[in-house]
Amino acid sequence: MPGFVLRRLLLIIPTLFIVITLSFFLMRMAPGSPFQTGRKLPAAIEKNVMKRFGMDKPLGVQYLNYLVGVVHGDFGPSLKYRDKTVLQMICDDFPKSLLLGLTSLILATIIGVGLGVMAALFQNKPPDYAVISLAVLGICVPTFVTAPLLALLLGSKLGLLPIAGWGQPQNLVMPIIVLTLPQVAIIARLTRAGMIETLRSNFVRTARAKGLSSWRIVTRHTLPAALLPLVSYLGPACAGLITGSLVVEQIFNIPGLGRYFVVSALQRDYTVVMGVVILYSALIMIMNLLADVLYAALDPRVTLK
Amino acid sequence: MSAPEAVKGRSLWDDARRRLLSNPAAAASLVLLTVLVLAALVGPFLTPFSYDHLNKDDVLVSPLTHGHLLGTDVLGRDLLARVFVGLRVSLMVGVVATFVSLGIGVTYGSIAGYVGGRVDEVMMRIVDILYSLPFIFFVILLMVTFGKSLILLFVAIGAVEWLTMARIVRGQTLSLKEKEFIEAARAAGLTTPAIILRHIAPNLLGPVVVYVTLTIPGVILAESFLSFLGLGVQEPLTSLGTLVSEGARDMELAPWTLIFPALVMALTLIGFNFIGDGLRDALDPKDR
Repeated sequence: MPGFVLRRLLLIIPTLFIVITLSFFLMRMAPGSPFQTGRKLPAAIEKNVMKRFGMDKPLGVQYLNYLVGVVHGDFGPSLKYRDKTVLQMICDDFPKSLLLGLTSLILATIIGVGLGVMAALFQNKPPDYAVISLAVLGICVPTFVTAPLLALLLGSKLGLLPIAGWGQPQNLVMPIIVLTLPQVAIIARLTRAGMIETLRSNFVRTARAKGLSSWRIVTRHTLPAALLPLVSYLGPACAGLITGSLVVEQIFNIPGLGRYFVVSALQRDYTVVMGVVILYSALIMIMNLLADVLYAALDPRVTLK
Repeated sequence: MSAPEAVKGRSLWDDARRRLLSNPAAAASLVLLTVLVLAALVGPFLTPFSYDHLNKDDVLVSPLTHGHLLGTDVLGRDLLARVFVGLRVSLMVGVVATFVSLGIGVTYGSIAGYVGGRVDEVMMRIVDILYSLPFIFFVILLMVTFGKSLILLFVAIGAVEWLTMARIVRGQTLSLKEKEFIEAARAAGLTTPAIILRHIAPNLLGPVVVYVTLTIPGVILAESFLSFLGLGVQEPLTSLGTLVSEGARDMELAPWTLIFPALVMALTLIGFNFIGDGLRDALDPKDR
């Protein structure tokens, strides 16, 4: 087990290296420059600016310099937001995205598991159909549809919640609903499938034969086994929340990291884009690793080699 | 196909069709999608207004006024015509990008599965690594770098979506190789190409078809997502994602610009998902 974790952790390094290399050269191949803002800079000034950021050197040298910087935990300065380093921006803005993402993940797990269990216990009865329909809707209606619709309904028409902004607790409600819905759908589906399969297994029949109450059968015997597939969903859930945050933060005008990623890519703020890509790649890989380790810890049939 | 009136065996596909059509959700979705595809193909020719014509006197008129069935957008363009064209573009992106991913995925997966051994291990490890990357970022970077053309959109999304297809095809090939009926075919003296064509390919087709129907909505979603961020289909051409994003911008003044495109998009995605699920049930005889 420790060997497995160590090997997987070590595998993250070459993967991150691929990520950095790909995004570095992709970004640099993009036409335009971070220093072009509408009017043309005089050549001398542009040259000076380029020199300040070390961009006058050949691309290969810049790449190596960047790699050395990353290894030392230095992600460079932002090219657009003067006086801010990428690390500062991440420290300032990532917590907001993280707050939204984590809350949504926890909420989605509680609601999704609850709905999934209900659907499985009432298989092929009205509650089951209701949950399945809800799940299909949650999967098919993308965040960029639910977000404006919700803003229109709760924000403009009913005036219950602020349409956009950040800083008050009310600002959190709509973004979290929007991020949670698709995750609830998927988690409910996974839970339902897991429950239905487990309810048919022999040990559940044994538990029933022993005369245990159905509450105890579900909570102590069925659920732990049925929730196993959910553990491997941790990585994809994380990726889905990150993708969702790109949309949600833009619609609700939240100054989180997702919003800056798109803006920075369009403005050719190379270092910020790289920083965000590295952070999120590492996050997803760690979540995937965590999922595998958790899975092995929970399921005695799995041994990690 | 009119076969002679002899006793006819029921093929896997006859069976599948029967099962699919007896599944109400899938059958309804089949009708729904047929209507949507027809609307996308024929619709743009039927509307009295062109999708990119600016009706200067009819800016943001509500539905059912001045001949605009679904109203107009902020530039006075007929929304119905735009929804038709948007649907056409979204479906096209969905189908083409899915076939790009199909091509890459099936080739890659069947090579890995058929050759096996070390090659398989290395090829699948590469897929594992690619799986753990946040791909939406790369699509965004690709679109930023190489401009926002439709062709690139196909390639970028297709290049991202092939991983699961490769895994499915590889797993399937791997297990099929060991099956008794393949052994029997070999014992009966069939050549390798004949075995692949007659016995492996048809069995591969099932899961692949299921996954294709589930990939198309995924691709449409990805395209819409990019268009929403302003990186996908460009003006004056439009897609469902572009329409939704424009509608989200103007919803305070003209909620219909959001509601109709969002509705069409949801219906399209729901249709594909139900058919995919139905096909999965229909094509998996073990499940019954």
